[in-house]
Amino acid sequence: MFPFLSRCNMALRRVPALAAALGRRSCCSKPSLPPDFVEALRAVVGAPSVSTATAVREQHGHDESMHPCAPPDVVVWPQAVGQVQELAALCHRCRVPMVPFGTGTGLEGGVNAVQGGVCFDLSRMDAIAELSLEDFSVTVEPGVTRKALNKHLRGTGLWFPVDPGADASLCGMAATGASGTNAVRYGTMRPNVLNLRVVLPDGRLLHTAGPGRQPRKRAAGYDLTSLFVGSEGTLGFLTQATLRLHPLPEATAVTIASFPGVGAAVACTVQVLQAAVPVARIEFLDEVMADACGRFSGMGLPVAATLLLELHGSRHSLAEQQQQMEEIVQQNGGSSLAWAEGLEEREQLWSMRHNAWYAALALRPGCQGYSTDVCVPISRLPDVVVETKQDLQASSLTGPMVGHVGDGNFHCILVFNSQDPEEAQRIHAFTQRLGRRALAAGGTCTGEHGVGLGKRALLQEELGQEGLDTLRSIKAALDPYNLMNPGKVL
Amino acid sequence: MAALRVLVGVKRVIDFAVKVRVAPGGAGVQTQGVKHSLNPFCEIALEEAVRLREAGAAAEVVAATLGTRASQETLRTALAMGADRAVLAELGEGVAAGPREVATALAALARRLQPHLVLLGKQAIDDDCNQTGQLLAAMLDWPQGTFASRVELEAGAVRVQREVDGGLETLRLRLPAVLTADLRLNEPRYATLPNIMKAKKKPLELLPAAELGLPAGPPRLRLLRLQEPPPRAGGEKVDSVESLLGKLRQAGRI
Repeated sequence: MFPFLSRCNMALRRVPALAAALGRRSCCSKPSLPPDFVEALRAVVGAPSVSTATAVREQHGHDESMHPCAPPDVVVWPQAVGQVQELAALCHRCRVPMVPFGTGTGLEGGVNAVQGGVCFDLSRMDAIAELSLEDFSVTVEPGVTRKALNKHLRGTGLWFPVDPGADASLCGMAATGASGTNAVRYGTMRPNVLNLRVVLPDGRLLHTAGPGRQPRKRAAGYDLTSLFVGSEGTLGFLTQATLRLHPLPEATAVTIASFPGVGAAVACTVQVLQAAVPVARIEFLDEVMADACGRFSGMGLPVAATLLLELHGSRHSLAEQQQQMEEIVQQNGGSSLAWAEGLEEREQLWSMRHNAWYAALALRPGCQGYSTDVCVPISRLPDVVVETKQDLQASSLTGPMVGHVGDGNFHCILVFNSQDPEEAQRIHAFTQRLGRRALAAGGTCTGEHGVGLGKRALLQEELGQEGLDTLRSIKAALDPYNLMNPGKVL
Repeated sequence: MAALRVLVGVKRVIDFAVKVRVAPGGAGVQTQGVKHSLNPFCEIALEEAVRLREAGAAAEVVAATLGTRASQETLRTALAMGADRAVLAELGEGVAAGPREVATALAALARRLQPHLVLLGKQAIDDDCNQTGQLLAAMLDWPQGTFASRVELEAGAVRVQREVDGGLETLRLRLPAVLTADLRLNEPRYATLPNIMKAKKKPLELLPAAELGLPAGPPRLRLLRLQEPPPRAGGEKVDSVESLLGKLRQAGRI
């Protein structure tokens, strides 16, 4: 059997100061695996699909967040749902924790195996099936990423619009309730998942909308699909998702507008939505972010609060939307608009925005990044953003802002020196204040990234005791031994 | 500019994302039930032709392919991307057709349709031959601009920027000419549903390949054998440099 490896040393190797600042509980007291357990895993999926190598386990013990790496004891690669069921039943019998793994691109430590156990790397299950062009639906397994799906759909006239930036696993996106730049028009993951094939913690198979069904709407029983979307691996394995597809727009146009201040940019957003312009993407960059992005991409943007806008429609409706947009932008003191309609130009503008993370890190080379993720009602957005900027300045923190303002959701990309405990402490305090500011404004502490490891306390404040107790009842009903991704969400 | 006609040659190939497998018997690769799509470089060539028409520099874009009846779906994609009409030079099932056969068919089509410009992808992703454009230009005795990364039409001529080993070369070719598209020429559009529906009504002509002069003699290439590379064996850890050298010598590597 494998010797127990010192979790503390490995976990605290990354970002020691922040770990201390966050007050993470020590997880040194984890039981080792039962004897012959790894052999039993090999018997299910074959020896090449089981690994206890240190490098492999460490790779599966972290995502893109700054939570310290917490490797699992074993990594397995099931190739079919039957194997997932057998492995889950085995872990359930032996009371071993289980952690689902897709692409590892999460931002809240969702895959960190804080209590060890078995990491189920589901990427080898990568079938795309049941594509129906008339029903606008398709079924995908966890190994299919959103870019791979859209490439597969090339030539059909359909696409899957949820775009969280990373080329994430679609089932992983369902597990975290992902969103992205297109949510303002096409919705987040939740309305775009029609059915899920879930392996429950004891190995039973559940189809949340019934096997083989994908009605566009249903009123049949409690909405299990919606329960599992955003469950962050704590209720079961999402081994297949049936997704809602959308028709590709006939014409697209993108533009950038600079504003005299944050308030003006956000007010413009509110008016665009109130005017019912069916804007497809409306992204906000504060002046620090605009400057960073402009320099990083070599495109040179004015150092001012900026909106990046995209419109979708037929040729006629696009022209009308463009005109409405120009009027509203002008009314709010925005710059005059130049529209990019060719594919290459549009991609250039959006890649400048999508590189925001790297552009922010480039402001202070050698530092780490952490993204906040609050979402507030749009009416409160101007105040919350302005107060947050003041807080950043008062705390002397580098935190360029980028946001899906159409949803009231914005991210502060905090760039900090992880070796400096005092700065880590200021970061932690700032994020707590920001979370509470959002809650006080009637919003949520996490619009799209999930609760994961770091926001459990804020979840309690957000939902209240009754809310949290209800979540715990559901968790206890489906996972009484707390084996599914323990230590997350609740 | 006179009514400029562009002929675009396209090919139906196994989709780039598919894991290709050797068919039982080793006589080819598995194609049954496998996803096929429009060759990516042909897509780029087609996109360029459609952009020329949208800019008013060309009047008509004709997409053509040499293949079995299944290639109709590829031509419908080309029509959905903006081609005005399409021609399928139909081959029987199991008839081999390489660059020489494709170039023969396209040359015959070019003599019929009288295009001012022929655009092809630089190569197909299944055989990577990179020969059809060059053979076609020779058969027609037209100038050629291969690996094009930029195309500009002028009066009676075309200015082509080519990606070559040493960098970028710009040529000015008298029309009619043959060009082959390289990766950086453009980013092809995605076909939208309204265009896919319109494409169903656009003309798609079926011609037997024999009418275009095929077969032009017996096939010159015969596939002897096709096999997958051996599966990857596990690595081995050694504890010293001497041991490493010993193992490498044993394996005949040094």
